[in-house]
Parts: sequence; structure tokens; C-alpha cells
Amino acid sequence: MVPGDLRYTKEHEWIRLEGDEAVVGITRFAADQLGDIVFVELPAPGRALEAHATFGVVESVKAVSDLFAPVAGEVIAINDALAGAPELVNSDPYGEGWMLRVRLADAAAVEALLDPSAYEQLVAEG
Amino acid sequence: MSVVGERLQPTIFELSRPGRGGGKIPHPPADALDRIPPGSRRTTPPALPELAEPEVTRHFVNLSQLNYSVDTGFYPLGSCTMKYNPKLNEWAARLPGFANLHPMAPDSVAQGTLALLWELEGMLAEISGMDAVTLQPAAGAQGELTGILMVRAYHRARGDTARDEVLVPDSSHGTNPATASMAGFRTITIPSAPDGGVDIDAFKAALGPRTAAIMITNPSTLGLFERRISELLDATHAAGALAYMDGANLNAILGRFRPGDAGFDVMHFNTHKTFSTPHGGGGPGAGPVGVRRVLEPYLPAPRVIREADGTFRLETSRERPMSIGRVRSFFGSTGVLVRAYAYIRAHGGTGLHEVSDDAVLAANYLRARLRGTYQVPFDRPCKHEFVASAADIKHRTGVRTLDIAKRLIDKGYHPPTIYFPLTVEEGMLIEPTETESLETLDAFAEAMIEIAHEAETDPGLVTSAPHVAPVRRLDEATAARQPNLRWRGMTGAQTPCPD
Amino acid sequence: MPYGPHAADDRARMLETIGIDTVDALFEDIPEGLRAGPLHLDEPEPELLLTARLAALAGRNRVDLASFLGAGAYRHWTPAVVDQMLLRGEWYTAYTPYQPEVSQGTLQSIYEYQSLLAALTGLDVVSASHYDGGAATAEAALMACRATRRDRILVSRAVHPHYRQTLETYAEGAGLEVDELPLVAEGPLAGTTDLGALERLLAEPDRPVAGVVAAQPNVLGLLEAMPEIGSLAHLAGALFVAVIEPVSLAVLAPPGEYGADIAAGEGQPLGIPLGYGGPYLGILACTDPLIRQIAGRLVGMTADLDGTRAFVMTMRAREQDIRREKAASNICTNQALLALAASIYLSAIGPHGLRDVAATGAARATELEAALAAAGAPRLHAGPYLNELVVRVPGARAVHARLLDRGILAGIPTADLLPDEPSLSDGLLVCATEVTTSDEIARFAAALAAELDPVATGGAA
Repeated sequence: MVPGDLRYTKEHEWIRLEGDEAVVGITRFAADQLGDIVFVELPAPGRALEAHATFGVVESVKAVSDLFAPVAGEVIAINDALAGAPELVNSDPYGEGWMLRVRLADAAAVEALLDPSAYEQLVAEG
Repeated sequence: MSVVGERLQPTIFELSRPGRGGGKIPHPPADALDRIPPGSRRTTPPALPELAEPEVTRHFVNLSQLNYSVDTGFYPLGSCTMKYNPKLNEWAARLPGFANLHPMAPDSVAQGTLALLWELEGMLAEISGMDAVTLQPAAGAQGELTGILMVRAYHRARGDTARDEVLVPDSSHGTNPATASMAGFRTITIPSAPDGGVDIDAFKAALGPRTAAIMITNPSTLGLFERRISELLDATHAAGALAYMDGANLNAILGRFRPGDAGFDVMHFNTHKTFSTPHGGGGPGAGPVGVRRVLEPYLPAPRVIREADGTFRLETSRERPMSIGRVRSFFGSTGVLVRAYAYIRAHGGTGLHEVSDDAVLAANYLRARLRGTYQVPFDRPCKHEFVASAADIKHRTGVRTLDIAKRLIDKGYHPPTIYFPLTVEEGMLIEPTETESLETLDAFAEAMIEIAHEAETDPGLVTSAPHVAPVRRLDEATAARQPNLRWRGMTGAQTPCPD
Repeated sequence: MPYGPHAADDRARMLETIGIDTVDALFEDIPEGLRAGPLHLDEPEPELLLTARLAALAGRNRVDLASFLGAGAYRHWTPAVVDQMLLRGEWYTAYTPYQPEVSQGTLQSIYEYQSLLAALTGLDVVSASHYDGGAATAEAALMACRATRRDRILVSRAVHPHYRQTLETYAEGAGLEVDELPLVAEGPLAGTTDLGALERLLAEPDRPVAGVVAAQPNVLGLLEAMPEIGSLAHLAGALFVAVIEPVSLAVLAPPGEYGADIAAGEGQPLGIPLGYGGPYLGILACTDPLIRQIAGRLVGMTADLDGTRAFVMTMRAREQDIRREKAASNICTNQALLALAASIYLSAIGPHGLRDVAATGAARATELEAALAAAGAPRLHAGPYLNELVVRVPGARAVHARLLDRGILAGIPTADLLPDEPSLSDGLLVCATEVTTSDEIARFAAALAAELDPVATGGAA
């Protein structure tokens, strides 16, 4: 069961709306698919994000995956803890494994993403 | 009983003691370095270990025994062609006439090597149906880069600068798209068809005025010959693009199919696959490239020229003005090429034909022996390798291909290639090669069948394998998260230099 | 077939199991029009005859000359233990260590190699090997561009021309600009990189530089002002790539001491035969901050399930098989066996031995310089050198050819090595190493004197 207060993308990112800011990460499904995560490449604060464009990369021992911006905005902060402890994405993908804090260009765009049951259906369909 | 040795070794740094070793070279005069300005000198000696020769020998002998190798046993690593490495080749490469020749020696003193290289170019051209060959690239991937850079040069010379795409099947080796990127192209990945071949419709749809080249492995990385190859090559040329063949799987088609005749414009050879040059724990190899006439002007320079009087020389740069240039220093990995030459001479055309016959026979034999136990997608004869899948086994028992691979180590074998190509779930790519006896093939098949049985009756035994190896499964996550890539602890030679 | 294992009826049994009559049935999927005819190659040659052929070919090379040729590949002595170890089949017939449990030999030896080169270069991260010095230099330049997100490289014309040409080939594919730094033409700094030109090129507006590439020693054997080059590069926000020669690092300040971010070079001098150009050993090393940019395999230390120390390839997701079109480099097969040769060489010779090799080469070069000057061929340049130098010889090409007839390989005419440098039109680049003998030097000097002044020396015959 994915957290009910988040929205999701087809590329298995989650986003939590907090006013006109949002926090972004990847879902447990994505983290499990990747396996032990060893490195997360994130953009510098200040960088502008385009919706659906890649903003970084997550590497596991045997795989790599692009990270896609769920919505447009500007990066305010990145989770520095991931540099020394990328395994947080595996252990707590929705909490301490967060990746970006973003100032949103348009908060309404978040609502247009997949809700929890739509995302779960997507995962179930494989 | 472990198939490899079990005596793990300390590092050379831990074996080091001040004052050990030395005595191999006379001391130079004390003032030898006086004319070097102090500002250019090291301030501290390098932190290299001090060992005596007996320790060096034991260290490297014991370490070597921890390795599985072709000389140890069967090594069915798909896409790598782990055939026997003839000892004659090692003898040949070490002949002082070959080994002591400086790469910038004048042509007149290099006639033996130049003759060999010239002959080798001709042999590879004959084998592949190509018009000209460069021996310069140091590996298959470097051959790919050379080939694709030539394609780029070809299009630019025609004033066609819009072609910025290279088409590559999803089953391709990772070097193909990586090569395209290094040459400034975007990779368009084309899905495979259900029968394992290229999806010809998807290819045709993607071909267009932006296509510079297609890169095809034939037989494919699934070990299947591309039956629609003529249609594919015709469509490629009709679109104004060129066709590159990744020659990694040449062991399947020697004397049966010549890529140049079929319409490929450029291809690379892996001497360390098809032509038996040893893998060396990861290299060296060599990646000669063959081209049809259309690309000949762009070959890396210099090549070997044979004069009318039968002597040989290197081309001057003026003689190949449209060359893409060098891809490395000096002529090529000549020591590797000497080995490949010896191999081809030992076999001749008839021998090479037999090599492919036996390689393909062995793969189909194993496929027949294993198909009852493992899934074998693609219901048609394979070439020199085939893919088996443990997907069913995984769904029933939870045991994955990775576990089966590790359990094979307990049975005394190096595992096949696993999880490549990416297009088959829980895949194993098995390539026996032509130098394995029937007894070996049977013993391997029986071991594989045993493991499948163990997966049903005692899955924990398989998922916790290997049990008889010098080390068990490794913590690769920590190795990547907290990389320890060099020994720290030596702080410089412990005995002062006699300075 | 010389290595085929099949006994008489083995093939028949295999065909029967498969359920076909002949092996041709397995090739029916090759369209008829594309089936090849017999290959037109010479008949198979049994080993007894083939050994004679190979020996005859090798015998046609002249390797008995008194050689003073360097220029990027060096005649050195190698302790016997190196090749004895390399001939072990477990080393040279093993593959890339994808299954670490049965590859600890290769994996540990690569880790040791990485450590040895880190100690020599003074840098932190060493790749498990590249093809050769030229390719390593090209990869170093690409690294600098990736790390700085700039696309312009400055390379000194005192870097080996083959390395510069390789760099240009790779740069063409990557869409990078490469500008060359001229050499100082005259005076005490002649033959070294022109720092004034470097400053000017770094200062060009709107053309930021990713990396500055210079060699130590340079291709003419001269020592460069590496700390100054590094400072200039860093002031402009560029990285500093040092092209190095590993034996010299026993005595010369290493890149880590003079601020290089990346080092590239040729490892052939570390126990690897000249072999007409390869297989050689590309050295590539960098500082810790650049660890994610380095191309090539890396081996790391870890532990197994039971806590036993072990070694494994790591940070693999950077490489082509995983990263595919986004990989930094397409490199797959590398030069692992040569890296092993270097490790065995360094283990056998030790830090004092390596220092002695470098210092003996310097001593012999001093002797060579004096002998050639006395013979009428003084040094062309004034700056310090280690063991390679340019001597002034009028009509150098013709003299070189005539000395060759006398059994002396008098280095290489600088007009051939660097045809675009007018100041080098009449010189020979010569070197001495620990295997150069006083006798060879005397022969060279005598023959040269005879060539340069036949009257004074009583004739050229």
C-alpha cells in the first residue's frame, strides 16, 4: 500500500505537496526493482526543472535509472544525506530517502498526477 | 572441493618489510640525479612495497590459483567465445624478433612484423568479405568507435550533416550505444521481434534521412542468425545509411557467411573471441576493423603497404588524407595480432570452417540436452550460443538465474553469462565453443540438470551458493557506496634511498 | 583442426541427440544467396611448420641494433619473474572477473595495481587500465570536459604527437574543440610549453577551457614547469591533465604533488615488451572528487557473507553494459594482463630498484650527451631533462639512415617525429636507459663523429 497523501508518476516517482513547494522521491517499487542503491546523482539547488525531463540518476549495484521531474519547478534543496547513505532510499523511500525539495511553477500540476490507487493499479499491471 | 585454489593472500603491501628485495640492478652513481632541479624532484620516495623475489613468486602464484580460467575448465560464457588459447601463440609473441621491435623503428628493420601484419589484413579481409582492414584498434569497442567515426566522416564528406542517429537493437551489447554516443550520435533503440530477430518493421519505420548507420550483431546476441538480413541491409542503404556489423559472434559463421558480401559496409573483429588471443583477466584484445571500398579512404593511418619489390612499409600520412586519424599511439596491439595470425595460419580456411561447424554443433547439442529442464525460448536451431531461461524455475521455487550460476561454481564450472541480453527474463547465455569435448559437454549438462532438481528439492542450497569457493557472495553494495579502491597504510619506502 | 577435441563418432552422437543428419542443417537459416564459398586462405599449417614460418618472420626484424630510440616506448630490462608469472594459464586465460568468487586472483591483482599507481602518481583513484597512453590521454580530456561541463581542451605541442592525434580523433566524435599550445622557440626555455601563450588562450573571452594537457617529461625529454601550468589552468577554472611516464615517477615530482587533477600515460616501461606498439598499458588516474567521471573498470575491497576480505569490480553502473548510451566511455575489454605485468614488475623491483632504474638512465644519458657533444652533436636545448634529449645534427635524416647501416638506431629524427616544428628540423631525439651500455654509447659517438666530420675522423667508412 503506497502512502495515501502522495501523488505518483508512471516513472515511479512520488511527490508530496506542501503549499507551493513539494518534495520528490522514488517509490518503494522502484527502489526494490533497482536493488541496493549505491549512488544518487541530484541537481544543484537553483536548477530549473522541466516536467518529465530527467533531473538526475539513481544507481544500484547492477542497474541505473534516470529520475524524471514529475512537474516543473525550481530545486530549492536536495537531500545531502543520500551522498553518504544512499541506502536510505531503500530503507525509507517516502521519508528519509527523499530526494528534492522543489518550488512549484504550478501547484495544480501535482493534482493531475496519478493518485495512490491509480499508481497501485499501474504497478499491478506490470 | 573448490574448483579454484583457496589460499587467500595478503596484499603485497602487507607483505612488505623494510630492506626486503633489491639487488637486481647495480646502483647508479650517487650524483646521477644532481642535474635535476630540486623543484622537479620527488620530496618523498613512492610508497611501493619491498618484497624479495620468493615472496613475489609465491604471492602471484597463489593469487593465480584463485582464478578460474579456460586452462582450468569449461568456461561457457556466452558472447565471449572462451575457446582454448593455443600455447604456440604465446611462444610466437615472445620471439625476440617480435617482442623487442620498437614501434617507431624504421620500416627497413621491421620487415618481418610488417609482412605478418600485411598478411593478417588480407586474411581478415578474405574471412569477412571486406575490401580493406585496419589493425589499429585495441579492442572490439575501440573498433566500433573507429567504424562509426568512419561512417561519420563518410557522411560529412558527402555534405550530409543531418544524419545524427544510429539504430541499435535492444538486444545489443552495451558497447554499441556507448560507441554511438562517443561518436556524437543519438541512439535509437529498436525492439526485437518475438522470434528473436530484429523487428524489421520497427527498423524500417525508424530509418530515415537522419540515420547515419545501423549497428547489428549477426548472429545476434541471442545466438540466432538474422534471416531477414538482406531486407534489413537493403532498407538501410535505401535510406542512405551504412550498416555496421558487430563481429563478436563471428565464431558461428566462419566460412558460412561473409558480412562484406552480404552488404555490411563495416565490421569489427574481436581477436580475443574468434581468433583465440587470450582474455588476460579482462584484456588485452584487439579489434581490427574491415570495410568495403566506400569507407576505405577514412581508415586510420598508417596501414602497411607492400611495394612491387616485395618489401613492406608504413603509409605516410599524406597517402591517406581523408583518414579519421589515429585512435591510439603506434601501429596496433601487435603482440595480440601475432597470436591471431598464428591461429589463422594453423587452421587455414578449412580449419576455420570446421571451427564454426563444431561451435554451432556443440551449442545445439547442449540446447537439446537442456531444453527439457530449462526454458529455451526461440524454437529454432541456434548458432554458437543459445539463451536458456530459469523464469519458470523462479516462479515455482524462487531460485533465480543468479543462484543457479553461483551453484554451478560448486559443481566446478564457471557460470555462463547471466542477465544478458536484457531481453530474456532470468536469462543465461551459454556458449560452449568448438574446443570442448563431448564428455565435458555432457558433464556440464548433467550439472545444470542437477541444479534444476536441487531448486525444487532444496532451494536454500542453491540460493546460498557458492559453498565451495575461497569466498562466498560479496557485499557489492558497500563496495559501491564506500569505495575502497587503493591500499592506504604504506607511507613510503622504509629504508632510505642511497641518495 | 589443430585444437578440436572430437573423437571419431562424437559428432555423430551429437547430431543424433539434436535430431539432424548433418551439421549443414544448422546453417539452413542463412539465405541461400548469402552462403559463403570456401575461404581462400592457405592450407592449415601444422605446428612444426608454423613455428618455422613464425621464427623466419621474426628473424626478418633487426632487433640487434644499438638502440637509442625512445619517443614514447622504452627499452628496459624486465626481471625474469614477470614473464614466468604471466605465463601461468590462470592469469592469461581467465576472463573479466564477473564472478568474483572464482576471480579473486585477477581482482586482487587489479586492486594492487590501482594502489601501486596511486602511490606512484600521488593521486587517489586509478582505473584498472586503458588501451595505451594515447587513448588514456584522450579519455582524460573527455573526463575534464564532463567534469567542468566545458568543451575546449588546450594541449601542449610537447605532448607526444600520437597522443595529440588520438585526442583529436576522440574530440571530433565528442564535438570538442582542441587548441594546441606552442613551444618556446628560443632561449633557456626552448622546447617547453609556452606559458605566455597558455595564459592568453585561457583568457580568451567566451571560450572557457575544460582541461590543459601537458607532459612531464615532455616528448623532447625536457622537464616542464608543471606547478605553474597547473596554477594557470586552475585560475581559469580548468582542470589540469598531466601526461606522465611511470619510471620517471620514482624520482620526479608526481602529478599529485604539483596539482594535477588527472594523470594519463603509458605503462609500457613497467615490464612490458616493446612489441611494435602493443599491447601496452594506458594509465589513467584522478583525484577523489573526480571519481565518478573516471572511465574504465574499478576494483574495490569488500567482504563476503562471512566477513572474509575480498575484492570485487565496483561502481559498475558507470560502465557501458549498464549505462549504455549514457556511459562515459564504451570501454569493455581493457589491458588487464598488462596491468598485472606492471604490478609484478613493481613488486619485483621495489621502490629502490625503480629509483635505480630511473637514476641509471639519467646517468647514462649524461654520458650520452657528453659523448655526442664531443662527436659534434651538442644538445639542442638548455633545460633540464631526465634521460631523453634532442641533439643538433645537420642533415639528421641522412645521418640517421647511415648510422642504421652501421647497426645503430640513433633515436628518431625530430623532423620526422614533429614535422610541424621548424626549430626541430635538424635534430635527433635520443634516449638512454638502464640497459644502454657505455660501449654502445662509444660506438654511437664514434660513428656519428665519422659521419659529421669524415676528414677529421679519417673517413666515414
